Amino acid sequence: MTDNVTHIPALRFGEAYKSMDTNDLGTVLKSGNSLEVSVVNAGIIRRDKLAIELARESLRKIPAETLLDYAEKASEIYLEDELAFGMNGETQTVADYVTALSGLTGLPHSLCRSNMFKVAAALKNIRAVLAGLTRGLPAELFDKGCARLGDIDMNFYPTADSLGVTLPSNSPGVNSLWLPALVMKTPVFLKPGREDPLTPYRIIQAMIQAGFPKEAFGFYPTTHDGGDAILLSCGRGIVFGSDATVKKYAKYSNIQVHGSGRSKVLIGKDMAEEWGKHLDVMVESVSANGGRSCINASSVLVPSHFDEIADALAQKLAVIEPCSREDENALLCGFANAEFAKMMDEAIDDALKTPGAVDLTAKYRSGPRLVEKFGQTFLCPTLIACRDPSHPLANTEYMFPFVSVVEMPQSEMLNVIGSTLVVSALTEDEGWMAELMASPDIDRLNLGSVPTNWVQWEQPHEGNLFEFLYRRRAIQAKTLKIA
Amino acid sequence: MTQTINQTDAVAATKEALDQYTRDMVQWHFSPETGCPYWLDWAKEAAWNPLTEVTCFEDMMRFENFDDEVLRDTDPARFIPAAFGDRPYNVFETGGTTGMPKQRIGWEDYKVDYSEFSDFYSDDFFPKGANWLMVGPTGPRRLRLAIEHLANVRGGACYFIDLDPRWVKGLIRDGDFDMARKYKEHVVEQAITILKGRDIGCMFTTPTILEAIAERISIPQAGIKGVFVGGTTMTPQYVRFLTEEVLEGQVNFAPTYGNTLMGLAISRPLTSEDNYSLTYYAPQPRAVLRIVDPKDSTKSMEYDEYGRVELTTMTKEFFMPRFLERDEAIRRRPCEHFPWDGVGDVRPFESTKKKVIEGVY
Repeated sequence: MTDNVTHIPALRFGEAYKSMDTNDLGTVLKSGNSLEVSVVNAGIIRRDKLAIELARESLRKIPAETLLDYAEKASEIYLEDELAFGMNGETQTVADYVTALSGLTGLPHSLCRSNMFKVAAALKNIRAVLAGLTRGLPAELFDKGCARLGDIDMNFYPTADSLGVTLPSNSPGVNSLWLPALVMKTPVFLKPGREDPLTPYRIIQAMIQAGFPKEAFGFYPTTHDGGDAILLSCGRGIVFGSDATVKKYAKYSNIQVHGSGRSKVLIGKDMAEEWGKHLDVMVESVSANGGRSCINASSVLVPSHFDEIADALAQKLAVIEPCSREDENALLCGFANAEFAKMMDEAIDDALKTPGAVDLTAKYRSGPRLVEKFGQTFLCPTLIACRDPSHPLANTEYMFPFVSVVEMPQSEMLNVIGSTLVVSALTEDEGWMAELMASPDIDRLNLGSVPTNWVQWEQPHEGNLFEFLYRRRAIQAKTLKIA
Repeated sequence: MTQTINQTDAVAATKEALDQYTRDMVQWHFSPETGCPYWLDWAKEAAWNPLTEVTCFEDMMRFENFDDEVLRDTDPARFIPAAFGDRPYNVFETGGTTGMPKQRIGWEDYKVDYSEFSDFYSDDFFPKGANWLMVGPTGPRRLRLAIEHLANVRGGACYFIDLDPRWVKGLIRDGDFDMARKYKEHVVEQAITILKGRDIGCMFTTPTILEAIAERISIPQAGIKGVFVGGTTMTPQYVRFLTEEVLEGQVNFAPTYGNTLMGLAISRPLTSEDNYSLTYYAPQPRAVLRIVDPKDSTKSMEYDEYGRVELTTMTKEFFMPRFLERDEAIRRRPCEHFPWDGVGDVRPFESTKKKVIEGVY
């Protein structure tokens, strides 16, 4: 029977390691094989970390310019090639990957592919990404530790011997965040999300095939303890999770925590009259990528025209309906865990018992919010019109197209948004733009009519990875040419 | 074929010996001349008479499951068998985080258990004459004296690093993982100091501490020839990891399952067919482990099925019928070394259904 199982191993410095502990991921492969993944114990990660110099040295030997070339090449390989997969010489085509990813995560094939493009674009645009992160410093900085900008020599040193990342399963595109670390000559220790070991595994295979040294990659499907081992033993860590995750790791300055995004569209007074022109931006902000990303808007704050905006947005969102996985027009994701969807549905209904908010989409939908269709469980787009800005649903995020529309004066918006990953501010009011740019609560600010999920490669996303992995040191010399 | 017949004979002979031993122990503990106040008083209230109605081990099913809270609430002196008169005794404690701990008294049992454990292993496994290091719970634990006895019967001395599991459990319960890690580092630091500064050839510790020590130094290069571990769940993958990586495939490894109430269950030497799955055998007849149906503990599970671990301890010093451990395990068949049932892949009871604080030391 073991012949009918495809096994995704852990990768220890790029070498496959088959653990005796496994997670059964079901029959999601086109081959008909069942899929399982190794689960390694935390001690394996800690022991591997002791040998991290092996991985660092493998990257040190290669000029950063060459690594950039490799990343660009990896983009095509990731997007098009048949790549190593499993333990027995098996391979994975793009179609295999998309089918399995959809089966595991509930993402329709169309969104699996758009996430693939996102990752591939991050690799393809790696030079722009790196330039954005380093503010245009030459890549040789990573070879020599120093670079010259204008008349100034600059010395940067790595703050971490490795980057540990515990990844989520909600959106494969999130893997684009750790990619630049390799070009910065920082090895990675990755803990894939339970439902998506496929994406980081495929990216690693593509990068190795493009030329990256396999020793630079640790891929450790593991337990919570193993996740802690990754975050606490690597010099720097990135973790994704809930508010509880944020709380757990908040005290560690070497760990960057990505909790709920609570991204928002803010409509300025100057644009409120023209809200209709921006409706599509709002729809995309809420519903792109099935509403799964932390960069999806979960609130729209309006200074006026509350009823019209909420009603029009609700109508637009309500027409997005579940489709089959294979449907090219599918925009909604099914839930890998139907119970999770039911819990969310019930939580929303419970919260609606508190006065001051109403599910406006309910009257435009053809059925209930929770739908069992095409062999999957879906939550249909939901817009909550919040008369009461303090309503429990006014600033809440769910993993499907869910948004609240809240009315408040523009002058109050920045006081109430709280920690927000992305703000798209629809305004041309220079005074307010200055206030927005000064707000400590906003991680990424989009100005003008752009959706919250808009990515400009030159801009850092969710923290500047270069600043996280490198620190500048004052360097002065009388006789030597430094850079 | 001959081996199978011999094995069958050995199992039958062991069962017969267990039945006889059970009769003897019940007579001892329920006779006024030799028994202890606790069980004699219990018998007065019981609606049946163990002295006449227990004729074999199967008759032990007449007893209800022993409630270990008794060991917390009752003065340990009530468990002194009359036959022991005024002989001084040891008080050992088990488990607990707060409040009155559970206590068991004893005289020589731990020596018997650990001498037997010693006899099972060859002179080379834990080299005779080598010194030992114990890194684990000392204090009121039976284990501290037991390991020292083991070192002594093999001709060595024993060094100790204490570890307070109650404190660690408290830290984990409170979510203070940083302090728990610091405490582990504190323990490991002390252990490494001894390993570097003294001539140590054998070690007892818990898997977690063993791992942590091996992250700091090479255990075989520190001169360790044999390691004896116990304390927490060891999945086959974990056993493989300890054997291949932590012990670098160069150190003899003796995993055990035990506690103050049972003594020490030895693990069958691993073969390639075991695929790193451990099977422990209780020190029968002094202690008997059954794998029982969690819904009806009088019923044993079939071989190769998971069930709850039930312990019966019967020595002249201590009698404890049918105590349900907080563990579950697979019922395994008798083997060449141990012609009675074993327990395999032990893990906390219902650990697949609920979160259990484990592996704390």
